[in-house]
Amino acid sequence: MPGLDIIQEAGRQLVICNACRYCEGYCPVFRAIETRRDFKQGDVFYLSNLCHDCRACYYACMYTPPHEFAINIPQILAKSRIETYRRWSWPDFLGRAFKNRSVTVFLATGLAALVAVLALLFIPSENLYAAHLGPGSFYEVVPYLAMVAGALILFFYGIAVWLRGGARFWSETRSAINERGNWKTLAAAVGAALGLRYLKGGGPGCFYPDERPSSVRRVYHSLTFWGLTSDFVSTSLAFVYQDFFHILPPYSLTSAPVILGSVGGVALLIGTCGLIYYKLQSDREPEAPAASGMDYVFLVTLGLTALTGMLTLILRATTAMGSILVLHLACIAALFVTAPYGKFVHAVYRTLALIRYETEQSQPHHSVGH
Amino acid sequence: MSENYDVIVVGGGNAALCAALAAREAGRRVLVLERSPEHARGGNTRHTRNIRCSHAAGDQFFSGPYSEEEHLQDLIGVTGGPANLDLAKLAIRESSTLPGWMSAHGVHWQQPLAGTLHLGRTNRWFLGGGKALLNTYYLKAERMGIEVRYDALVDDLVIENNRFEAVRLKNENGGELIRARAVVVAAGGYEANIEWLKRHWGDAADNFIIRGTPYNDGTLLAALMKHGAKSIGDPKGFHAIAVDARAPKFDGGIVTRLDVVPFGIVVNRDARRFYDEGEEIWPKRYAIWGTLIAGQPGQIAYGIVDAKAIDRFLPPMFKPYQADTLEALAPQLGLDPATFVNTVTEYNRAAAGNMELRMEKLDGNCTRGLAPAKSNWALPIDHPPYYGLPLRPGITFTYMGVEVDECARVVDQSGQAFQNVFAAGEIMSGNILTKGYLGGFGLTIGSVFGRLAGREAAEIARA
Repeated sequence: MPGLDIIQEAGRQLVICNACRYCEGYCPVFRAIETRRDFKQGDVFYLSNLCHDCRACYYACMYTPPHEFAINIPQILAKSRIETYRRWSWPDFLGRAFKNRSVTVFLATGLAALVAVLALLFIPSENLYAAHLGPGSFYEVVPYLAMVAGALILFFYGIAVWLRGGARFWSETRSAINERGNWKTLAAAVGAALGLRYLKGGGPGCFYPDERPSSVRRVYHSLTFWGLTSDFVSTSLAFVYQDFFHILPPYSLTSAPVILGSVGGVALLIGTCGLIYYKLQSDREPEAPAASGMDYVFLVTLGLTALTGMLTLILRATTAMGSILVLHLACIAALFVTAPYGKFVHAVYRTLALIRYETEQSQPHHSVGH
Repeated sequence: MSENYDVIVVGGGNAALCAALAAREAGRRVLVLERSPEHARGGNTRHTRNIRCSHAAGDQFFSGPYSEEEHLQDLIGVTGGPANLDLAKLAIRESSTLPGWMSAHGVHWQQPLAGTLHLGRTNRWFLGGGKALLNTYYLKAERMGIEVRYDALVDDLVIENNRFEAVRLKNENGGELIRARAVVVAAGGYEANIEWLKRHWGDAADNFIIRGTPYNDGTLLAALMKHGAKSIGDPKGFHAIAVDARAPKFDGGIVTRLDVVPFGIVVNRDARRFYDEGEEIWPKRYAIWGTLIAGQPGQIAYGIVDAKAIDRFLPPMFKPYQADTLEALAPQLGLDPATFVNTVTEYNRAAAGNMELRMEKLDGNCTRGLAPAKSNWALPIDHPPYYGLPLRPGITFTYMGVEVDECARVVDQSGQAFQNVFAAGEIMSGNILTKGYLGGFGLTIGSVFGRLAGREAAEIARA
């Protein structure tokens, strides 16, 4: 099995961490380490998804290379994390995307191109390149049914693959510690996930892009996440407006879908650009190269989706609307189709890892050795 | 020869950085000369994790008050009395100001680490340990315009008429002199200098493990003594604990320590016990076992426990040797099986009837009619599998240093202080610590005297 070396190496390093414990104050990974004595595959998989890659431990560690103990926890856990993404993905040949970013790029551009080609083939050019105004103008370009059906199929497909992966995470990372979660542990985990509590490096901030603690990662990640959420709510609202209230888009600039969509789009654009900018300058030592490639593909897809969405709004009364709308839909298609095969999955596994962590910590247990 | 600096700090650990920051805050131009490469900067501070401070009341991080009187009594308790009581009192008095000063310099704190709750009232944990502390100070130093040079080995000082003139920085051409108005020497002890240890310990020193930085070879201590500085402390003395014999020769730090001793028995190379493993759990066992093992043939010993006890102490970094019978364990450790089995059998007979291991106190479960006795936690070793952990002396620091006065100035043989030569940290901790150790007090000494030396050096170097 290709990941075996990674698991053994992670196990070697985690045993040293468990004998040290200096990093206990940084994040849950180290507190979870202390409730274990040896580190089997399931433990490594769990810990690697619990790690937020804040890198505080890397800079605090006196055993990083060139020390002969060669500890580099963010890197080995990132390697293991990609291994779990691939392992829990489905079907297998698409799961290869996690190992090889060209598969993801191919998938994303392939589907985006397909959408564009279909648009060119089926939309009469006088429609595509004309200015459309008034209710339902978007659908004069792309038929409503095609838009909704395409989106829903990709959306539910993605959710299904995520759920399947989540179930495998849960069963494979079960530990000896008796677990019985409740709404409190669930709330704590969700709160930690939404607030990015563990991108704070235990107080001073993430050690990102370099050894100086800062809050840039947390800020831009928040903008990205809440921007995306806002856009998702905006889209859902629009869906409700037209299918339940029969109000057809485009909506006025002061309507809820447009306000939420615009605010979200701007936040998403700033967030993704910020994350890309800092990633480009980030310290290479604590990272796993494959993880980084996956991150870029995801960020670029997200960013382009936001950009084309904003342009659709700005240019909606012009003759460019048709083309930019098709482009936007192509981006969304690319985002959806790569959702189960790219960085997006971290949201699923990390949240589950946090739930497992909060549940574990709520149980009466003693850290090993005391 | 250049003179662009007011104060030169030789060393790069906690005491050195405290001195540099204090001198810079007084407006001086400061140069820090750290002999290690950047990745290994900070000497033994890299392996520290907490600092002992007096305080009138508990707070978010201290679980209760710790008065200066109690602090002093604790110090006297472990050291048998400091070499210089006034300096000890100064360190303890000033220690109460350290948390505030450290916070102001960017240090973050955390709750006591799991398993260290007994220190939660007296010691304060900085977030992430010593290297994180150093990173914070170095970052602060950079922002304040302190110049730091790495791989900068100072091999001598120029001292004329009791006055410091320059440091000699070793380079390809021999040496470069860098002048300054004052110098703070915070360059650590000499525990990493095996040849120096051999003068006192003979070839046994080859079997010692040095827990901290390989760069503490005492170059500056030797230079100061050559220039007439008065030494203080037992030249043979060091603080040592039991570490895993498989630890690297240098720089293994905290993870190689083994807490096995009170949980079973310890035998030497001849498969015989040699000391009461159940005398005390904390902090004595921590401090005496290094020296005890240093006195055994081959400077090696083996901690032996059974399945009952293996999960009761901090999991070790190196896997214990393991076997289902005592006969099978002995050859793995290189011990004579017959003698080994006999030693364990005799011990088991003397411990028969003791049932439960209660580590939270001296539980009085002692051996009967055995020499040496095990006076607490003496449970028979009879539940296979059996485990063995090889132990060697792991040296933390050396005691001998240079004598200083209440301004942290180095004192010469006649008892007179060098005007502009200061010392801080391990190189002068022998003024206070004579033997034993009080957890977290090394950093207290380094911080208090580092800061003091920096301020005094800045005063002397005033234009």
